[in-house]
Amino acid sequence: MRTDDLVRALVADGPIRERPLAVSLPAFAAVGLVGTLALFVVVLGLRPDIGAAAQTVRFVLKPVEMGLFAALGGLLAIRLAQPGSSTRGLVAGLAVAAGLLAAGVVGELVAVPAADWGARLVGSNAAVCLASIPLLAAPLLAATLWALRRGAPLHPARAGAAAGLFSATAGATLYGLHCPDDSPFFVAAWYSLATAVVVVAGALAGRRWLRW
Amino acid sequence: MSKDDDDWSRLMRLAMAGDGAAYDRCLRSMASRLRSGVRRAVTRAGLAASDAEDVVQEILLAVHLKRHTWDAARPIGPWLSAIARHKTIDALRRRGGRAGVPLDDIVDILPAPAEEPAIRETELVRALERLPAGERAAVTAIAVDGASFSEAASRLGTSEGALRVALHRGLARLSRTAQERT
Repeated sequence: MRTDDLVRALVADGPIRERPLAVSLPAFAAVGLVGTLALFVVVLGLRPDIGAAAQTVRFVLKPVEMGLFAALGGLLAIRLAQPGSSTRGLVAGLAVAAGLLAAGVVGELVAVPAADWGARLVGSNAAVCLASIPLLAAPLLAATLWALRRGAPLHPARAGAAAGLFSATAGATLYGLHCPDDSPFFVAAWYSLATAVVVVAGALAGRRWLRW
Repeated sequence: MSKDDDDWSRLMRLAMAGDGAAYDRCLRSMASRLRSGVRRAVTRAGLAASDAEDVVQEILLAVHLKRHTWDAARPIGPWLSAIARHKTIDALRRRGGRAGVPLDDIVDILPAPAEEPAIRETELVRALERLPAGERAAVTAIAVDGASFSEAASRLGTSEGALRVALHRGLARLSRTAQERT
């Protein structure tokens, strides 16, 4: 086929139909969120003492930190799928979010006697945390990856990893409402580990499915 | 490349709003500017210069299928360079070219605009042969025969709407087939 012919076909294919990712990715994510919410309600549910817990700084920090990571991760996934977009500001934002997590840990080191550190770190249900966050992330990750296939990621694994970060931390925001462990030690260790698992899964899936 | 960049940005904005003539000019101008840079990259990678037109066609397909990832508030140059680089690296790797060829200047320096080489069988022709029959007929009628949608629809015994869908799917599949070739 001559390039002339190809251009003719491209022109005939007409004006743009695809929405920008800034529109389509949130729409896909909303569909994934329905699945995630359903899993949360059916499998986990709110912790019984949520009213009292919501009065404590430790509890409130969880959705704030995880929500911040999710927002930054989602924006990062969009930017990574749009060639020529800068990601520097978002990477700096992620550093700030990580700093917030670290500040919580330092606060806990000061507030809690050393003898209790171990118990706070181990918590009461680390295994449930490690299983639940990837479970809640799964519908979101599938939806986000599906949306990113419309994009043009120059580094498919990185875009997939950003989708994993978004999905895991959005799932973790919800999971925090179930999880009885509020210590920043617990969050920094187990939430991060569960998130890392999903980020790696996202990167592998991205390398496989986001090539174009 | 700022003058071309301004032109392309303006033409592409018009094209995305439905101006077919602007889109035609934009794509042809991009093709002629891409051609020499891609040719240089292809020969540097130790491949035959005749592969270059295949790569140009892959880039144009990608520009078309991914144009919604360009932020129309910005100049299109950096976006086009990124797409061209990505597609060129990918194409060179698939064809077993030498790795590590510098690719910064596929659209960045000012080459003389190059004409399309004489007729030959391109990669896209082989990809076209592997399309499902309906999509192949649509792409062939519109692209190769240069028919209008109404002519092609009556000749193929289908509706214009179905033909438009088949053309769009066919183009997307052509891009995937080219990319998956090993």
